[in-house]
Amino acid sequence: MRASPGSEASLWVLFRGQLRRDLKLAFGQPSELANPLAFFVVVITLFPLGVSPEPGVLAGMAPGVLWIAALLATLLGLEALFRRDRDDGTLEQMVLRAQPLYLPVVARMLAHWMVTGLPLTLLAPVLGGMLNLAPEARLPLMLGLALGTPVLVLLGGVGAALTVGLRTGGVLLALLVLPLFVPVLILGVSAAELAGSGLDPTGPLLWLAAGTSFAITTVPFAIAAALRIGVETG
Amino acid sequence: MSHAVLDIRDLRCERDDRELFADFDLRLEAAQALQLRGPNGAGKTTLLRCIAGMHPEYEGSIRLLGVPVSGDQLLFVGHRPGISGLLSAADNLRWHLDLAGWRGSGGVVSAALERVGLIGYEEVPCQQLSAGQQRRVALARLALPTAEVPLWLLDEPFTALDDAGLQLVSGLMAQRLAGGGAILFTTHQPAPDLPGLSTRWIGAAS
Repeated sequence: MRASPGSEASLWVLFRGQLRRDLKLAFGQPSELANPLAFFVVVITLFPLGVSPEPGVLAGMAPGVLWIAALLATLLGLEALFRRDRDDGTLEQMVLRAQPLYLPVVARMLAHWMVTGLPLTLLAPVLGGMLNLAPEARLPLMLGLALGTPVLVLLGGVGAALTVGLRTGGVLLALLVLPLFVPVLILGVSAAELAGSGLDPTGPLLWLAAGTSFAITTVPFAIAAALRIGVETG
Repeated sequence: MSHAVLDIRDLRCERDDRELFADFDLRLEAAQALQLRGPNGAGKTTLLRCIAGMHPEYEGSIRLLGVPVSGDQLLFVGHRPGISGLLSAADNLRWHLDLAGWRGSGGVVSAALERVGLIGYEEVPCQQLSAGQQRRVALARLALPTAEVPLWLLDEPFTALDDAGLQLVSGLMAQRLAGGGAILFTTHQPAPDLPGLSTRWIGAAS
């Protein structure tokens, strides 16, 4: 049967359908799935080799290095986020048919976060061990990444949607979104550093949580609007 | 007063600083099909995209059943198939149902695939299918229950199809016309035999 348009049930069908499709697509390409994670691991491994193997030096820079590597790893997968959908016409169908477009966009970003931000968050404390990260900083680091990576993915989504019509949007995308990543980076790193020096990290974590809530509720509208423009200019 | 399914008045449309239409009028009633013909670059695809709301740079009025066009009242099959090559045919069609908020059994998906002759290929990723089979997956959307909308916009629906596929698509089109839908389509091939079919030339040739 057909759900009446806009009813809760049909909105749920729309959201779930998009999420299921995007997760299937992500797991259909294991190499693209592994790329950001491998990048993250390799970059972290290079630091003790290239900078200094001194435990004290490593411990001092561990939160910053982990965060910057996670941020760049997030950036890796962004360019392809809407590109393939645009090329095969599914983006066109989504913009045309989905009402509201907000829901599939949220589902798409959630799926992308589940295959990038979430594994990065889970990997970070393990790699933190390699950098001699203070044990009491592990949990704040993970919390920070769990709250911060959704913002990175969403802001990156705006950049990916704006550059979807461009053949070589990669560099432009990085230039667009990296400055927006700065507040997240500062808050995330300071939470882990505060905890590492025995102080209370609640402040920056709460700020991150506020930013995440704000981003989840508003940024998908911006992505939807940018996708509409991308489809219209195609 | 009853409204035409599609009513275009005084359409003026440009693309890349070139005027494609001026004072263009078109009226399509229920159970009517209209074939758009014209040379390459005449603006057939642009016209379909204008109607679907994917080409906003136009002046004039385009109304569907008397109101501005909304995406859930039409079905658009364009050059880009709207089918993801990494997913199977069944997954692709299920997504199209979900997109329309359709709640119901997966039975309609296999029914649609059976209709277009793709039984046995349901779970094969679409990129491993031949061009004609991929085209059939895209056209299986016409056999889904979500295709029961007032207006179909089909851009070159017969490309890459064999004779049986051609029969199949014209059969689906005839069925929609009998159900009271209207169809606007473009093709360079000879028009199929459809009830209520007329032809409109656009662009330089006449």
